[in-house]
Amino acid sequence: MRNPLSDTIVQIPPSGIRKFFDIVSEMKDAISLGVGEPDFDTPWHIREEGIYSLERGRTFYTSNAGLKELKEEISRYIKRRCNVLYDYAGEVMVTVGGSEAIDIALRAMINPGAGEEVLIPQPSYVSYVPCTILAGGVPVVIELEAKDEFRLTPEKLLEKLTPNTKILILPFPNNPTGAIMEKEDLEAIAKIIIEKDLFVISDEIYSELTYKGNHITIASLPGMKERTVLINGFSKAFAMTGWRLGYACAPELILTQMLKIHQFAIMCAPTTSQYAGVDALRNSDEDVKNMREAYNQRRRYLMHAFREMGLECFEPYGAFYTFPCIKRFGMSSDEFATRLLQEEKVAVVPGTAFGDCGEGYLRISYAYSLEDLKKALERIKRFVVRLDGETAL
Amino acid sequence: MREKILAVLEKNSRINIKDLAILLGESETAVANEIANMEKEHIICGYHTLINWDNTSEEKVQALIEVKVTPQRGMGFDKIAERIYQYSEVDSVFLMSGGYDFTVIIEGKTMRQVALFVSEKLSTLDSVLSTATHFVLKKYKDHGTVIAEPIHDERMPISL
Repeated sequence: MRNPLSDTIVQIPPSGIRKFFDIVSEMKDAISLGVGEPDFDTPWHIREEGIYSLERGRTFYTSNAGLKELKEEISRYIKRRCNVLYDYAGEVMVTVGGSEAIDIALRAMINPGAGEEVLIPQPSYVSYVPCTILAGGVPVVIELEAKDEFRLTPEKLLEKLTPNTKILILPFPNNPTGAIMEKEDLEAIAKIIIEKDLFVISDEIYSELTYKGNHITIASLPGMKERTVLINGFSKAFAMTGWRLGYACAPELILTQMLKIHQFAIMCAPTTSQYAGVDALRNSDEDVKNMREAYNQRRRYLMHAFREMGLECFEPYGAFYTFPCIKRFGMSSDEFATRLLQEEKVAVVPGTAFGDCGEGYLRISYAYSLEDLKKALERIKRFVVRLDGETAL
Repeated sequence: MREKILAVLEKNSRINIKDLAILLGESETAVANEIANMEKEHIICGYHTLINWDNTSEEKVQALIEVKVTPQRGMGFDKIAERIYQYSEVDSVFLMSGGYDFTVIIEGKTMRQVALFVSEKLSTLDSVLSTATHFVLKKYKDHGTVIAEPIHDERMPISL
């Protein structure tokens, strides 16, 4: 039999957390701080809209780009929260989560095999590199550093620029570091983007979870809207991960082509989710505010606990992750995470799951109740104290 | 800071000052002072425990009573409310808009005990015109907490 597989996909490694996943799933009374989704349920009024849409028999496809009402609400929401105006009729599309939007944006913009380079700051979410490769582009990693609070600096960007650079992925607020980009940070980047005639795919899925000022999108800076594909979704802001609902806002020139891929590969985002999404955007300001406050409190709690146990960590102002440094224990992230799981039954994700430069770090999520965090932190503390004892010997 | 302290305490009155201060990013002294002041100002009026009595061997019945009254000259609703809330059997008294005047929540050991209280104490008050007693059969949610079902974390233990 001939090899049925594509070399390209075979060569892409699977994500690096399988091992931990398997161990934790087997382990009794393990506490996991490894989850990448909110602990809140979707607010009931949103769920209720989904149920109601089913009761009304709204079980058909929507138009490819999504329900008109939903696109209108997205347009209003982005104007309200980020001060950028997108025409719902040609510049907004509804996708199956932010993930789909990332994929189709890359596919719409890259000429396969032409050597076009996509700059990907890491540590970051795991899909950018594989999606770039599958789209036929060349991923070029920018390694971010703790000394910059894991922000993208103009220096780091310029270092990796080549004549082949076409797209910059901008994943902020960032998973896994919790880093954000403030206005001045973005302005410095935007200047280079415009000068060098580049494009930005800005993955802003954690935009509502920002704990220092309001989130700012690079699309709101002068001259940037026409160069930006803004990606966002409902998963993190409204605790709707399982609904698989996201969206992209982009210049019509780009969006039209994205829509073609979406039309052939997906048809449309789930209709039930879209109806629920309309209500999410209309009526959830208070829910979002409350969830943000709860995350922020836990964030402070975690940072305080790290300081007390001498675990070095830069202050993250976004998403629901902390990214403490474990270099002083003289072991790899993988080793640390494995031992922490085996010895204290606490699951965290090694920083290396998000890129090689995540070595020496752990992603610890605070999408958990305070009680769970407390229990886990006690165990982590015990582990750290024991390690410090070992190194002292 | 007050609103934030209250929002946390309302959900968890057992939280200690140290943790509360960390959560809010304030100093312990500042938080302790605010709480003390709010106690003094009767903003914080007590710290209660939410108990699901159905899961104990203790028998308890609760009734919600709609009370219609005639407010008397120089007395108003407040005086009547006082005469009602002084009874230790009475758990809560609210002045209402709409079809009747007071909601009175009463707790007793048996239905008979509650019924006797209503007929002998409450409805015999001069200003009380009528009462309608509704017994609580089952509590699903109380003070913002769903009583019926414990919460399970159904998320995958690790996701990226």
